[in-house]
Amino acid sequence: MQVLQVIFSGVAQGCIYGLIALGFVLIYKATETVTFAQGELMMLGAFAGLGCVSYLGWPFAVAVWVSLLVMACMGWLIERVVINPVLGEPAFAIVMLTIGVGYVARGLVTMIPDIGTETHNLPVPYADTSFNWGGVVLGATQLVVMATTALLCGALYLMFKYSRVGIAMQATSQNQLAAYYMGIPVKRLNSLVWALAAVVATVAGLLLAPITFVHANMGFIGLKAFPAAVVGGFGSLPGAIVGGILIGVVESLSGFWLPEGFKDVAAYVVVLLMLVFKPNGLFGDNLRKKV
Amino acid sequence: MRFIFKTSYQQDIQLARHGGHVFWYSALLLGLVTAPWWLEEYWLAQLTFVMIYSIMGLGLMLLAGFTGLFSIGNAAFMGVGAYVAAVLSAHGTPFPLTLALAAGLSALVGAVVGLPALRVKGIFLGIATLSFGFIVEEGLARWESVTGGNAGMHVKTMVLGSWKVDNAESFYAVCLGVTVVCTLAVLNVLRSATGRALVAIRDSEISAQSMGIHLAYYKTLSFMLSAALAGMGGALYAHKMQFISPEQFGILQSIDLLLMVVIGGLGSVHGAFLGAIFLITMPQFITLGKDYLPTAIGQAPGLQSVVYGLVLIAFVMFEPMGLYGRWLKVRTWFELFPFYRKGMFKRQKSFQKSDRLK
Repeated sequence: MQVLQVIFSGVAQGCIYGLIALGFVLIYKATETVTFAQGELMMLGAFAGLGCVSYLGWPFAVAVWVSLLVMACMGWLIERVVINPVLGEPAFAIVMLTIGVGYVARGLVTMIPDIGTETHNLPVPYADTSFNWGGVVLGATQLVVMATTALLCGALYLMFKYSRVGIAMQATSQNQLAAYYMGIPVKRLNSLVWALAAVVATVAGLLLAPITFVHANMGFIGLKAFPAAVVGGFGSLPGAIVGGILIGVVESLSGFWLPEGFKDVAAYVVVLLMLVFKPNGLFGDNLRKKV
Repeated sequence: MRFIFKTSYQQDIQLARHGGHVFWYSALLLGLVTAPWWLEEYWLAQLTFVMIYSIMGLGLMLLAGFTGLFSIGNAAFMGVGAYVAAVLSAHGTPFPLTLALAAGLSALVGAVVGLPALRVKGIFLGIATLSFGFIVEEGLARWESVTGGNAGMHVKTMVLGSWKVDNAESFYAVCLGVTVVCTLAVLNVLRSATGRALVAIRDSEISAQSMGIHLAYYKTLSFMLSAALAGMGGALYAHKMQFISPEQFGILQSIDLLLMVVIGGLGSVHGAFLGAIFLITMPQFITLGKDYLPTAIGQAPGLQSVVYGLVLIAFVMFEPMGLYGRWLKVRTWFELFPFYRKGMFKRQKSFQKSDRLK
């Protein structure tokens, strides 16, 4: 029974990783660049929610929508100001840029007097509810995390597969110039993808807030979402979730059975093994580059 | 403008291209050797740090700038070197041996990290090295019987034979010696066939392979050289700090190293040094500038990371070739005066194509 409980909490934690990884995958799938600022976007989202609830005193439901909107604008803005001008540079330039964006975001939040350096608790309506289901205690926070993750992943998957915008995004990622010739507004699509990624990050931030509290360094959890994205195959939306859950479960099981310390590196051991033996991930497309 | 009249093939790979190089680098070396006599102690310590970081920067430059393999885990190699130095000097091993062992063990670790590099590239390699960095950091923290765990450990004074390196000046001299040797070694690697193979791999893996370059061998070699340099830098770093703990070799240190080579200018040996100077002097400038800013901004704890981030963003956006690239432009402007044109260093805009497709 205890093992089941451990697995369950691993799945819940894995869903958070998966949600952040969803942002990586979204940006990778549509623009073939990797962002290191996703964790910081999540942190900003959580702070936006916190600001609405605790300092403006709005009800939680309103705060969620407002912070999603604010963060969508933020994502759009970041893409417009920073990423768009270097379009076409090598992928690593954009990685460095996003590291820079992450530094700035973290620094700016820390600079807010009295708020930035503290750890906050985001009051959510479902915080203390829990269900006892055959001896396994299911916290409402964790159930909400799982349900939202599944919904969001499904919605994004359908969007990429069937909607015009989603297909245009796929085309852009395969060949920017050709997509542009076909009449796809590449730059606008890129901005849209960043806005979408910021929204996903905000959802992750708001869901994570009741579990780990809100503070300026909460974005570092984004580094654990990289393994999730890689295990899932980086270009696959369901893969990100599956990868996240796998990482989460491995992590909590190794915390349960193995000596102390293994829990923190379990995710990285898994990803290294994955990269050595199956670099394309579980759901990645196995294609090779042509000259 | 200087025109070099080449009369032999040897001139293509000479270390000093012309008399100007000989003069200016000799002057620089003379200035550095005599620095303890004319530089204040505080700035001498900063100069020592610049040298230590530029050794590590050289390693990362070889890997990222010349082989095109980006590592977000170089601080792990540095940590291995630092802990080897700390443990061995506690047993009274002489420094040259310590340095060699630090470099050797780091190179072995580097060879292990190089394994995924044979199968993955680009950002996936970055993630692999990042993961490896985390694992090494955790390993250093957990192997308490040797490393002292998270409590950290003290590093004994460096011993060179019967000579104890216990003041700032003599330590500076040791650092200067190691830096000069490392720089010459890297320059020599770069002008040899090995160096040209590395650059070929950076420019196009597939064409390098079809020219008969053994990818696995050269990539592993590049990782090992980079790790060895980082290990040597780490050993010096440990002796300079006199106290090391695992968190000094975490992801933030790795990103600092990466920031250093990107800001210095990828693909130039000068860049490693310029980047190190930037990384060491930046906090000083921020401290100086703090007093002129309003209190709410100047005294805020996040100021440093905001400045770092903004500088990094500015460099990637406006000067992708880094400080060295800027220097090249300034030099050309003066050499050609008044004929410098705006587009002289403009690179062709490329459009991104997927790596995933056939």
